[in-house]
Amino acid sequence: MQFLTLLCALLLLSSLVYRLGRGRALHLSVGPGGVLHSLPSYYGYYVLLWCGVPALIVVAGWLIGEPMILKALVVSSLQQGDGDMSAARLSLLMNEVRQMSANGDYRFASDAVTRAAAERYHSLHALSSVAMATVALTSASAGAWLGLRRVSLQLRARNVVEKAVSLLLVASSTIAIFTTIGIVLTLLFESLRFFHRIPLGDFLFGLKWSPQTAIRSDQVGSSGAFGAVPLFTGTLLISVIAMVVAVPIGLLSAIYMAEYAHPRFRSVAKPLLEILAGIPTVVYGFFAVMTVAPFLRDSAAAFGVTISVESALSTGIVMGVMIIPFVSSLSDDVITAVPGNLRHGSYALGATRSETIREVVLPAALPGIVGGVLLAVSRAIGETMIVVMAAGLSAHLTANPLESVTTVTVQIVTLLVGDQEFDSPKTLSAFALGLVLFCVTLALNIVALNIVRKYREKYD
Amino acid sequence: MTEPNLSRSAGGNAAAVRRLQRRYRAERRFRLYGIAAIASALLFLAVLLVTIVVHGASAFVETRLLLPISFDAATLDPDRAHDKATLSGADYRALVNQGLVTLFPELADDRALRRDLSRAVSQGADSELRRMVLDQPALIGTTREIWLPVSAPADQLFKGKVPHNSDSGLSDATIARLDALQSVGKLRLSFNRYLFTAGDSRQPELAGLLGAIVGSFYALIITIGLSFPLGVAAAVYLEEFADKNRFTDLIEVNINNLAAVPSIVFGLLALEIFLNVLGLPRSAPLVGGLALTLVSLPTIIISARVALKAVPPWIREAAQGLGASRQQMVLHHVLPLAMPGILTGTIIAMARAIGESAPLLMIGMVAFVVDIPATPLDPATALPVQIYLWAASPERAFVERTSAAIIVLLACLVVMNATAIYLRKKFERRW
Repeated sequence: MQFLTLLCALLLLSSLVYRLGRGRALHLSVGPGGVLHSLPSYYGYYVLLWCGVPALIVVAGWLIGEPMILKALVVSSLQQGDGDMSAARLSLLMNEVRQMSANGDYRFASDAVTRAAAERYHSLHALSSVAMATVALTSASAGAWLGLRRVSLQLRARNVVEKAVSLLLVASSTIAIFTTIGIVLTLLFESLRFFHRIPLGDFLFGLKWSPQTAIRSDQVGSSGAFGAVPLFTGTLLISVIAMVVAVPIGLLSAIYMAEYAHPRFRSVAKPLLEILAGIPTVVYGFFAVMTVAPFLRDSAAAFGVTISVESALSTGIVMGVMIIPFVSSLSDDVITAVPGNLRHGSYALGATRSETIREVVLPAALPGIVGGVLLAVSRAIGETMIVVMAAGLSAHLTANPLESVTTVTVQIVTLLVGDQEFDSPKTLSAFALGLVLFCVTLALNIVALNIVRKYREKYD
Repeated sequence: MTEPNLSRSAGGNAAAVRRLQRRYRAERRFRLYGIAAIASALLFLAVLLVTIVVHGASAFVETRLLLPISFDAATLDPDRAHDKATLSGADYRALVNQGLVTLFPELADDRALRRDLSRAVSQGADSELRRMVLDQPALIGTTREIWLPVSAPADQLFKGKVPHNSDSGLSDATIARLDALQSVGKLRLSFNRYLFTAGDSRQPELAGLLGAIVGSFYALIITIGLSFPLGVAAAVYLEEFADKNRFTDLIEVNINNLAAVPSIVFGLLALEIFLNVLGLPRSAPLVGGLALTLVSLPTIIISARVALKAVPPWIREAAQGLGASRQQMVLHHVLPLAMPGILTGTIIAMARAIGESAPLLMIGMVAFVVDIPATPLDPATALPVQIYLWAASPERAFVERTSAAIIVLLACLVVMNATAIYLRKKFERRW
């Protein structure tokens, strides 16, 4: 709440400062020789920069530094009660202290020292927020005063403001780079910690995956339980089933839409197909569990075949349906991009429309279609919610679509949900799986985008 | 397509006629494949939507039972002090049991039977009675007939969702008494208030979506607040100011790749950076919003660039010709003209973000949260995650709740996408 008040105060101050700066520039321009370099509003923004930037730096620095300083202060008082404490116990106590101070409720403190520490934390925190507000407002006012003094007829306010704006624009566009670096560093760092304990070869080529048993490090052979091959084959199996559903249906509907359909039919059917892409994947997951899996089980039982409720088949089919619009819209683009004179040449030789499509249009569009299918595969591999809800948890090394398999994404979710411990190979393995997932999807995307781009260049 | 006179075009050759007929049949077949493909996809869509609606529609109503409740002063307020603590700590289940005995006098001496029937009345009945008494202490000493919620098995039984026998989770004696009540009109369906006013609960009949809706709302606000300005700024830079060099190439490649990275990887990033390094609270919509910002930023940048590209060059030339600086040209002319397109793209990206659950699982927004989050820093779930949680619950009654939650989520998406389409239609300009 205090923080919001501070923000409001700063906003009020800045709007005031903007008016002051603009007013001062206007006032100067009325005098003798009064020709301003820039439009008056730029002087307002100029002073605003002088006021806002220091305040923002103060607030940001405070928010980052405050927890560390407070922690250091409180830890010293906690340690007075207990000479040397393990890092784990200390962080536990700190959590308790923060919790109590946030609630303002010290009744359930585990002992007097903790209680005292919590109260101290609370008072320090209150002091710190008042101090932050004071410093931020002071520096904002001081900056505004300095900025106002600099306003003159010769001041090139527009250039300064535009410089600041373009800095802001560049900074925003570099976020994409930082996100990628963040992903790569995070995954690499945690994976290296994992591979420190489990050899890379065991992870990539091991045939047995059972992370739950590996918690006890004294267990014989516990390191052998991180063989990820069953996960890779499971992911592959489900993705293949999904593509078997999605590619024919998606491609045929794209061909029909692009080559045969009446524009009015197209304008209705295409958005309807796109709805399939807009439905959240958690809904597909629920549908797979509630409807498709029981339906497949019952209809298979009629033929005397038993299908696991978590079979790869039902998961793959539902995932395939989710991917249909993806395949169809990409193929549609590629097919319509095939130049009309190829078609006309084929018609002129007496080919029917379907012959033209099969013999001329599809071969010409093939690279683009392959690129689209690769993108769809990468989406199938990275898809999480459908498999988490509908696929199994235990890893089987099988190619039988009627059995239950598990996937990379399912394991990442089960390993990390609800688990707070970040030292065990169990949680670290999730990051190793994430690294594999990231690399595979990245490679697929790069290859696919290259194919698609090469293809576009050919006809553009 | 009417078929041409085959024998004439084949020159009267019988073999050629057959060949032509075969080719035309192949043509018709091929066309049929296309129609069948579209039809099967649309059929799947229809089955999905119909199943969800059929399963979920009944969750918008709940069964209530008309019980004569005598607000007995001896039970509620023995020392007549109207003390709030005494009143809220009183045994309201006793009132419910008393009401049941009034309806079925034979239960008075049979404790086991009474307890069995009492289990068909939801625990929510107790808290509703408590709230009534706390709101109007004058009720004490009076007798009222009150519609109270029944428990999930009884609710499912009345709605016909479970078999009419002991498989429903109720004993035969209880089912017989509920039937008797139904025949005299003391059971009825009314709008399910809990669904939209309560947080999550272990009791299906008391579980509501409000907590998840508020959580999603906070996360979405944060996502919009961050990803819209950042995305537009990045798109403006790349489209209008950036020189073609290796640095901007690098940014473009990064954005295109990030758009295709699985969302769960963003979840791993958020887990490591926001929770482990920055120490932000687990399960908080704030962190969820930050994670969703990372997920939706590439999409927004790409669609904003398309919108900026669609503004014709003569707008730019005219602005610069009149003496505007490049920034004035972009900020005063190009950006406002591209804004409808950018907004449409942003809304569509937000519709995606609101249905996204994988990154939220990673940062712990899957906890069982009863309280409605008051700030974006409180633990919360989000709508899609609530669907995931309820879908994993074993109780039969959660199936219709899950479907109802899906209906609510889909309704949100329809509203958002309809807004996007409306914006596009209204402001679309052909240059």
